[in-house]
Amino acid sequence: MSDEKTLDLLEAKIQELRELNKKDGIDLSNEILRLETKLESLRAEFYANLSDWERVKIARHPKRPYALDYLEAMFTDFYELHGDRLVGDDRALLVGLARLDGQPVAVLAQQKGRSTEENKERLFGMARPQGYRKARRAMALAERFSFPVVSLIDTPGAYPGLEAEAGNIGGAIAENLLAMARLRVPIVAAVIGEGGSGGALAIGVADRVVMLENSIYSVISPEGAAAILWKEKEKTQEAARSLNLTAPRLLELGVIDEVLPEPPGGAHRDFQRMAGLLKQSLVRHLAEIGTLPIADLLAARYRRYRSAGRYRTLSDR
Amino acid sequence: MAIFKDRNYLRVNLDKDADESLWMRCKSCGELVFKRRVRENSNICPHCGEYFFLTARERIESLIDEGTFKDISKPIVDADPLGFQDTKPYLQRVAEAQEATGLPSAIIIASAAVAGIPIVLGVMDFRFIGGSMGSVMGEQISYAMEEAIGRRCPFVLISSSGGARIQEGIFSLLQMAKTAAVRACLAEERLPFISIMTYPTTAGVQASIASLGDVIIAEKGAMIGFAGPRVIQNTISEQLPANYQTDSFAYQHGFIDRVANREDLRQELGKILGFFVEAR
Ligand SMILES: [Zn+2]
Repeated sequence: MSDEKTLDLLEAKIQELRELNKKDGIDLSNEILRLETKLESLRAEFYANLSDWERVKIARHPKRPYALDYLEAMFTDFYELHGDRLVGDDRALLVGLARLDGQPVAVLAQQKGRSTEENKERLFGMARPQGYRKARRAMALAERFSFPVVSLIDTPGAYPGLEAEAGNIGGAIAENLLAMARLRVPIVAAVIGEGGSGGALAIGVADRVVMLENSIYSVISPEGAAAILWKEKEKTQEAARSLNLTAPRLLELGVIDEVLPEPPGGAHRDFQRMAGLLKQSLVRHLAEIGTLPIADLLAARYRRYRSAGRYRTLSDR
Repeated sequence: MAIFKDRNYLRVNLDKDADESLWMRCKSCGELVFKRRVRENSNICPHCGEYFFLTARERIESLIDEGTFKDISKPIVDADPLGFQDTKPYLQRVAEAQEATGLPSAIIIASAAVAGIPIVLGVMDFRFIGGSMGSVMGEQISYAMEEAIGRRCPFVLISSSGGARIQEGIFSLLQMAKTAAVRACLAEERLPFISIMTYPTTAGVQASIASLGDVIIAEKGAMIGFAGPRVIQNTISEQLPANYQTDSFAYQHGFIDRVANREDLRQELGKILGFFVEAR
């Protein structure tokens, strides 16, 4: 079975031939067609049989569309708001107001950096306490003015650093979980890449949770699980499988509401189509829950989280 | 495999003394000390003042009014929703923990009284898979808060946990949101929630229910924080201060209201509860 690299090489080869074809006037169209057909079938075969670990790699792919890409493609008038009013701004977790199909919404969005330079600022999408507290400020604003909340999740986890610890990152996450449980506006969350543990959940308590097909959502990274449980780095792929962190699996387990199919190879292969699908999904979910009386919405959200978990009940004594 | 089968779900009985040997050696000062004296001394070494590790049972004994304990835990045990197997199958790990601790799960829910004030109490046991929070612990904590609402009394949670139960994957993560949601009900009912953080209160438990107390007290010697020192050093190789994630670090940075010595916790708890509720 081929891997992603082989597919990329073949694609580059075809591109080369296309250019030759144009430049030298030699007719290579038959050869090109043959290779394109081959690429397509190899790609279809590869992406139909993705292992969980391969999905993790797609979720973290350097070309994967990030929150700002979706914000630009799906929303109009994104108006970013900055600062937690306490210590500063956070560039890994963005908040703001925007219009989705004309409707004003509050946006919470985790943003990774594209370059090393950008990641100095965005910390690879790992938010600090000021990010989570800024998000809570945006939630309060949304509640006050009845803006639905749209949350785009894409983080390896909350930022693990001394500054973040000193700022009580755990407490900041906890406060968000509490606030979102009771926020009196509809909340829709979408995992667009990595849903990394408490750092993801802290903007992910919602009435509807959707995931892109190759995104992941997990209590711990496969690397972390391998280190803690197996105490072997080599067990990362096995850990990825054991954690049941893929979108299709999480749908089967009943913890998310919808999986949005990605173009073969991942969202970055046809971003416009992906953004269109995600937008449709967000609009549909908001329309469905937006008409519910707020008490019913809160009751349903409460049931959703109160019933989370699986255990065995024994007859007493 | 499972030792807690139907009809013999074990409830904790504080009167039954599980520990037979009379003497123990203190790891800190090396003295041979009389166990009963240690127990009567809140599991603190009578020689050097070292805090010995407390099981959930010992913790309960050290905190509540004598004769008021009743185990009201829900009769539930861990399932294996993901069919998880690391170096051993998950349910084998659970059965071994049950065997070793004599407990059905990593938390005991009790009704009790402190300074004459009736409370619902949740106490974690670190020996049970690191006191990790999976579906059972999340459900027990949620149920405990509902019991507190039903009984119109305060809820007290004693945390001793490394965080989420990895083997239940996403279900463990969701317990953070679940316990936070039920905690909101307790607040709406205007019933107090006192959170006591002991060694350790970290990761998923620190980042959810334990940090949501109306009053948060750390026991001296507690470890409190989100990301462990190893994670931080592996990810960003940062130099960490000597008091990193200690009770004093948490106190200095304002995560908690107070730090209490173990021998003072009972009195301290009684005092706080007294501001909220009249003793009966
Ligand atoms: Zn000693």
